[in-house]
Amino acid sequence: MSVTAADQKLHIQTRINDENTEFLCEPRHSLLEVLRDILQLTGSKEGCNNGNCGACSVILDGRLVNSCVVMAGEVQGAEVTTIEGLASESGELHPLQQKFLEHAALQCGVCTPGFIVAAKALLDRNPDPSEHDVRLWLAGNLCRCTGYDKIIRAVLDTAGPANGNG
Amino acid sequence: MKALGYACPETLEEAIALMAEYDGRARPLAGGTDIIVQVREGHRDLDLMVDVKRIPQLRQLTHDAAEGLVLGAAVPCCEFYEHAEIASLYPGLVDAAELVGGTAIQSRASFGGNLCNSSPAADTIPALIAHRASCVIAGPGGQREVPVEGFCTAPGRNVLGRGELLVSLRIPTPGPNSGAHYLRFIPRNEMDIAVVGAGSSVVLNDAGDTFVSGRVGLGAVAPTPLLVEEAGEILSGSPVSDAVIDAAAAAAGRAARPISDMRGTIEQRIHLSGVLTRRTLVKAVARARGE
Repeated sequence: MSVTAADQKLHIQTRINDENTEFLCEPRHSLLEVLRDILQLTGSKEGCNNGNCGACSVILDGRLVNSCVVMAGEVQGAEVTTIEGLASESGELHPLQQKFLEHAALQCGVCTPGFIVAAKALLDRNPDPSEHDVRLWLAGNLCRCTGYDKIIRAVLDTAGPANGNG
Repeated sequence: MKALGYACPETLEEAIALMAEYDGRARPLAGGTDIIVQVREGHRDLDLMVDVKRIPQLRQLTHDAAEGLVLGAAVPCCEFYEHAEIASLYPGLVDAAELVGGTAIQSRASFGGNLCNSSPAADTIPALIAHRASCVIAGPGGQREVPVEGFCTAPGRNVLGRGELLVSLRIPTPGPNSGAHYLRFIPRNEMDIAVVGAGSSVVLNDAGDTFVSGRVGLGAVAPTPLLVEEAGEILSGSPVSDAVIDAAAAAAGRAARPISDMRGTIEQRIHLSGVLTRRTLVKAVARARGE
């Protein structure tokens, strides 16, 4: 068993966006702090920092989580997907990103990476969600600009064509 | 967050040794949705977080007819309700697990963590009471078991002693003609804390017209979640009728001893205790009849 004292560093090996990643951090760090401050993956946003707003959403071992309420030590050996992992290497946008643009499903943009990651986690699990499914799944992501309708439409439109019902 | 250490034991013995060594300065980390926020916001002062998710007994999710359900204390809500076979046996627990926070919270938050956080308004505890759960606790002195209605002792407090941790919940297999339901009142659709929560379970006779037994648990109406013993006494052996269900609901209203706060008043909470108890009993009866 390993115990890392408060004044020692944790050495973590993990996979982030399909790349083997190693980092040192303090045991008190959250996954969000590691992503933003150590790995410079600043797409995940700090909103409430207490698990309410979803701006820091990432996918951890296939599950949607708020990275602000995951401790860094917990991702040892895990697979993490952040917003940076969605577009292709050549810069082609993920279909959700494209649809968010087409539907103008963002204004200030701070909640957007969280919404897109959360919506990806939904579509990975349920490629053909109803409007109710989308609204319920995204209830943990807060947007203070758009009023949600455009976001819901963008997600439904992404799902629709893939299933021949768009 | 202030500096603190992190440990990731792989056995129960190592976790207990750490909890004892740190003597109240360490807390288990399961889903982290309460403890991380409490430490970050200065409501808890710790020297060590003990991540218990690599300990097999805390991740156990198994059922057999004789032994019932063993629900490891760190099993997240989503793993429970996605296990179709187990979920079908414990509908009241599914109702509660699906109400805990949003999707991202349900990926992490556990029944055991909800219990150990010991909020009077915890959604899963009235459902666990309805389903007759028992808490398996391990510590330096060995293992003991406590009925879930006796686990919480005050807001944020429970029976866990120094060096002890919750290992799992043991929940008996519901017999034939059983049904259960959990319901809470919140002023919006999702993502809120219960003003009142009620969990009910019933066992009916083969004809489906008489209660063999019943249990009602209430949340957010007292310093701890409550088992409404009088409601169970009223239901046992009585015909399934509006009058009997109303009498059990009235007993829930009498058992409630709430406070007024930002979420609701004493009068509203007493009223809701009856309304939610009646609704959960009606639904539990329908489920018991396979309707």
